[in-house]
Amino acid sequence: MRTLTYREAVREALIEEMERDERVFLMGEEVAEYDGAYKISQGMLDKFGPRRVIDTPISECGFAGLGVGAAMAGLRPVVEFMTFSFSLVAFDQIVNNAPNMLTMSGGQFHVPMVFRGPNGPVHALGATHSHATEPFYANVPGLKVCAPGTVRDAKGLLKTAIRDDNPVIVLESEALYNTSGEIEDADTDLTVPLGEAAVLREGDDVTLVTYSQTIPLVLETADKIKAELGVSPEVIDLRSIRPLDADTVCKSIAKTNRLVIVEQNRPFCGIGAQLTYAVQRDAFDELDAPVTRVAQQDVPMPYNEKLEDAVLPSEQRILDAVKEVCYL
Amino acid sequence: MPYVQMPKLSDTMTEGTLVKWLKQEGDKVEISEVLAEVETDKATMEMEAFDEGTLKIYTPQGGTVPVGTAIAFIAGDGEEAPAAPEASPPQPAPTAATPSPEPAPQESPFTPAEPAAATTPPPLPAAPTPSVPTSSGGPLRASPVALKLAAAQGVDLSAIAGSGPGGRIVKNDVLAYLAGGAAPAPVAAPAQAPATQATPAPAPVQPAPRTIPAPRQPASSGDQRIPLTGMRATVAERLLASKTQIPHFYLHLEIDAAPLMTLRKQLNTPAEADETGNTNKYTVNDFVLKAAVAAAVAVPEANASFEGDAIVRYASVNLSVAIALEEGLVTPVIRDAQNLNLLQISQQVKDLAAKARNKRLSPDTFSGGTLTTSNLGAYGIESFDAIINPPQAAILSIGAIVKKPVLSADGNVVPGLRMDIGMSCDHRVIDGAIGARYLSELKKILEAPAMMLV
Repeated sequence: MRTLTYREAVREALIEEMERDERVFLMGEEVAEYDGAYKISQGMLDKFGPRRVIDTPISECGFAGLGVGAAMAGLRPVVEFMTFSFSLVAFDQIVNNAPNMLTMSGGQFHVPMVFRGPNGPVHALGATHSHATEPFYANVPGLKVCAPGTVRDAKGLLKTAIRDDNPVIVLESEALYNTSGEIEDADTDLTVPLGEAAVLREGDDVTLVTYSQTIPLVLETADKIKAELGVSPEVIDLRSIRPLDADTVCKSIAKTNRLVIVEQNRPFCGIGAQLTYAVQRDAFDELDAPVTRVAQQDVPMPYNEKLEDAVLPSEQRILDAVKEVCYL
Repeated sequence: MPYVQMPKLSDTMTEGTLVKWLKQEGDKVEISEVLAEVETDKATMEMEAFDEGTLKIYTPQGGTVPVGTAIAFIAGDGEEAPAAPEASPPQPAPTAATPSPEPAPQESPFTPAEPAAATTPPPLPAAPTPSVPTSSGGPLRASPVALKLAAAQGVDLSAIAGSGPGGRIVKNDVLAYLAGGAAPAPVAAPAQAPATQATPAPAPVQPAPRTIPAPRQPASSGDQRIPLTGMRATVAERLLASKTQIPHFYLHLEIDAAPLMTLRKQLNTPAEADETGNTNKYTVNDFVLKAAVAAAVAVPEANASFEGDAIVRYASVNLSVAIALEEGLVTPVIRDAQNLNLLQISQQVKDLAAKARNKRLSPDTFSGGTLTTSNLGAYGIESFDAIINPPQAAILSIGAIVKKPVLSADGNVVPGLRMDIGMSCDHRVIDGAIGARYLSELKKILEAPAMMLV
């Protein structure tokens, strides 16, 4: 085992897969000459050359569509969005062309490609640059969506995504790029399956479900919940949004009887809403309290820092939710 | 796939009864040959073959099955009929899917307004522990897992004071009850850590016997249990909806039936055919129907329906006529009755009644009525109030013509012939004054009946 940053883990996954399979290539804004806007692809131009690490114009719809075509033609493109807020410009390619091509071509054209990049609100970027896009894309049959929240998953899920024969959206997090974590040695061919949640911390009294960049907040708050409320929380990282692993959550609820979902996206038709549906259906008799969510407030993201803090999930809101479901 | 399915023969049909197979298993059948008679909620219909071949029967005579169920298979040349339909249909036992007629099991003590009530099983018999009255006295609320735990341990939830919001009984309350044998006081202090979460070893509790479902009215020997026919179920459903959802009010008016009786006698006396070859005998009801139609033309506000955001006033008077049958009640419709003369109305009613008794009314005969009449005069009933036939806004309750002493114009008591006609109105559509205008128009027409002949 060794320690890496999330950024290094993503880069390692890209390099390993490009070395393993010459059909894999990376394309996006400033991924080559500038080493990537977030330095994910640092050194990769030198290593693989301009045919496989490609700078694109600022035209998301164009290069996302180019990726779909390349995938249909037999390559395995990795399309980087500088942020997933910009992927909305390429919505038609991601939502219409990539996921539907296999079905609408009668099985003739697979689209084995990855859309990846940082997703979700970070800090004072305003409403248009702070989108958590996972509910948009998870709504589409034919797309798989994952959101790695740990260093190990950042590498393992991306490698699995690149090897998948269908379009996969890998939602990274700018807020996590600099975080460090333990990971298997470089010579391990690490993959993490899609559609499997992970129990990050075991507990007995309340299940906290989260994913991606709210994981650190939830883990810190879990300590306080234990210390201040005397409640033992179980923390689950969804890891994949679609397929969604409700089974792991329901198993946990069978033990704790209570669920709080902490999510970085908005509440309406959000990931927690979908999970809540699955839980009330499959674990109805295990619930001791209504499922509670801590999501963004349902407003356009304010630019003002204090207001943004009020919109995002916070320690206090999580504590309040836990008290509510535990009847404290 | 030459399955023969239970056809949907009317908009409201959800299941049908196989009254009679007219072909037997193994018979060769041709396209459009009649296979069977099927009873819907309204009529008995013939069912034709759409394929030719050898018949294999799945649903025996008398069986009731949902619409769409495979009831037979017609095997073509060299084709083997499957032993059973592919999708397993409900058991074709007679009346298998017919709603049972007994009153719904009592759900008390919960009120329907409480969402929890629907999922709350009847409280289990109390475990042998001192019973504590519910704190609130309000409806019982409990979390799903608390219900499950209580059921598994045989705990009477009504003996526990819920500590959750609105008195909700939560898992900890049940655990505390099991541990201490007493209900915990409702927790007010928020600082209380869920110490009981540390799973106290549940006190050994004698599993209590489960209650059985609420019993039916105890049957004495000789009582009959008559499963609902499709027709009875429809009558039950529609009239319950009408009486509970439509704000009914009732008007009555007494009509001098002497002129009507005189005219009827004149019309019926020449039993030989008139110049058109007609030998029709007119009933009192024929005149009332004709008058009801004419009054609806004069007061179109009464020929209407309530449709949520609007009142529909109909251009035609489609008169529904209630006809009692041994197994129920049907209301076939005389369409565009405003264009029919007395003879045509009389003939149509006779035709509809005969068809109804033979169960040969086609389903479309029942749709589109705008006003209904019900006549119990033949039974000597003088006055009654019928239930509105939705979505119509009014129904007429026609009583018997009775001889009674009446005051003549000069103030003397003389023998008279009188008939009571009641009108049940949907107040959302028909106000009292409109109903009164309709009834007085009806009275005017019936008391000068010759005008109905021109």
